Amino acid sequence: MDRLKVTIGDLELKNPVTTASGTFGYGSEYADFIDLNRLGGIFVKGTTLEPREGNDYPRMAETASGMLNAVGLQNKGVDYFVTHIYPTIKHYDTHIIVNVSGSTVEDYVACAEKLIALEKIPAIELNISCPNVKEGGMAFGTSAVSAARVTKAVRKVYPKTLIVKLSPNVTDISEIAKAVEAEGADAVSLVNTFLGMAIDAESRKPLLSTITGGLSGPCIKPIALRMVWQVYHAVNIPVIGMGGISNWKDAIEFILAGATAVQIGTYNFIDPTVSVKVIEGIENYLDRHNLRSISEIIGKLET
Amino acid sequence: MYLCRNHRCFLCILEHVFITTHIFAFEMKKMLDFIIRSNERLNSRNHLLKVSPSTGEKLPPMFPGQFVQIWVDDSPATFLRRPVSINFIDEKKNEMWLLVQIIGEGTKKICARKEGSLLNMIFPLGKSFSIPPDTKTKTLLIGGGVGTAPLLFLGKVLKEKEFSPEFLLGGHSGKDLLQLDNFEKYGTVYCTTEDGTKGEKGLVTHHSVLQKKKYDFIYTCGPQPMMMAVARYAHENGIHCEVSLENLMACGFGACLCCTEKTTKGNVCTCTEGPVFNIKELTWID
Repeated sequence: MDRLKVTIGDLELKNPVTTASGTFGYGSEYADFIDLNRLGGIFVKGTTLEPREGNDYPRMAETASGMLNAVGLQNKGVDYFVTHIYPTIKHYDTHIIVNVSGSTVEDYVACAEKLIALEKIPAIELNISCPNVKEGGMAFGTSAVSAARVTKAVRKVYPKTLIVKLSPNVTDISEIAKAVEAEGADAVSLVNTFLGMAIDAESRKPLLSTITGGLSGPCIKPIALRMVWQVYHAVNIPVIGMGGISNWKDAIEFILAGATAVQIGTYNFIDPTVSVKVIEGIENYLDRHNLRSISEIIGKLET
Repeated sequence: MYLCRNHRCFLCILEHVFITTHIFAFEMKKMLDFIIRSNERLNSRNHLLKVSPSTGEKLPPMFPGQFVQIWVDDSPATFLRRPVSINFIDEKKNEMWLLVQIIGEGTKKICARKEGSLLNMIFPLGKSFSIPPDTKTKTLLIGGGVGTAPLLFLGKVLKEKEFSPEFLLGGHSGKDLLQLDNFEKYGTVYCTTEDGTKGEKGLVTHHSVLQKKKYDFIYTCGPQPMMMAVARYAHENGIHCEVSLENLMACGFGACLCCTEKTTKGNVCTCTEGPVFNIKELTWID
């Protein structure tokens, strides 16, 4: 089994397959379908300092090979997570990583600080890329200066592994990646959703209450793959790749493009067992290609 | 008496075991292939699919108001699963009935499936309608259009538990009233149609039976304006009322947070906290 091991900062993942924040709840939502202990890691739902009710319904619109969402970081806040949710999930034999979001730099810092003491939370993922909130979120991730500012502030207080989740809604994602690397991020994860919209031609109305929302699913895979490849060549820290992964082949493609680990997101909604199928598919790929370790193919795109 | 209906709530399990007043599901959710035993076209928009597990395994306990998520696997244009409520369970034949209305590309593809082909489903999902503790409780099940689907299953369960359910079913026209023969097996059926081709002319909330009789418990499923009118009627008359919502959803098991409904407890997922809600939990009536 060791041949699937990968390292992200101080974290050793038993395999490179993790599940993306916002698509996997707190893991327990999927416990009926898969053995959660098989996963390399679980990135749990975006967590903020204060509770958030999220955006109004409708928050979802189906698209060709994907969907738009405008959930808006609905969550019960970090204190609730610490006292009520963490005790129910800490026994999982996998890494639980909390996705942290905020409206101000101080929010991110305060939220991160409350998670330090949790023994079974070895890392956080700074969400500077949520397109569905009015303040903060993606605003931090769309300029190198603000991305660096929030990373620096959190890095100062957070001693464990710090992953920064990047937005694809930028001109040059490599610049943002370099900026957060320079401020001490241990890894970057990309991509969050693409800003999109959907309209009902008959009623002439938007399909989302927020008009625009985040596009995810297989339709974004080619763009996500390109961005992972670009960022892999721009930084020296590990890249966690995601965007439309729906099978082992997609995951291998991201790894070849430079991802040390992958996150599976939207496809969990269609097939709640997809993550385990991807792990099995990767093992089979290693067998067929006579590879001793997954690390032999990270970034090994042959051009 | 009406507890949280949580799938694994200890109190609910206790109550079920000792008092049996209360329906809940303690069965695990599953993803399974079903084989289509028959696909009957009921009218131009609705098909009745009878399905059973392709593995031959026995159907787990399922309860009226719960639903399934059907994979439309040959169709990238319809990326997400389609939620469909459980219409009926035929225990003898180990069959689940699904009443599917053709609304868009996904449901069109499901209805085009031939007998013998497979449908992948995640089930059973959501919380069910609750059953009153006293069998003398006068229950009325009000459905509109394809919203009558879960009420057939509910009617069957109520009848089996020795209630005397009555049904009030509405549609645009007589041909929109589905499965009337099946409903009649479980209780008196009243109908309304907007064009007057069957039963009383008008909307369900205008049916004369609501003036003549007094009910204690109303269950309703159908178009949102109809359910809101029913909820208002129930509220004004102090009748316990449960509605089944059909908010747009992606996953169906509480992960995506897309199908939220505003409730007295804030935004909650319709798929896990519902789809059945007591109207007192909703913000429909001020």
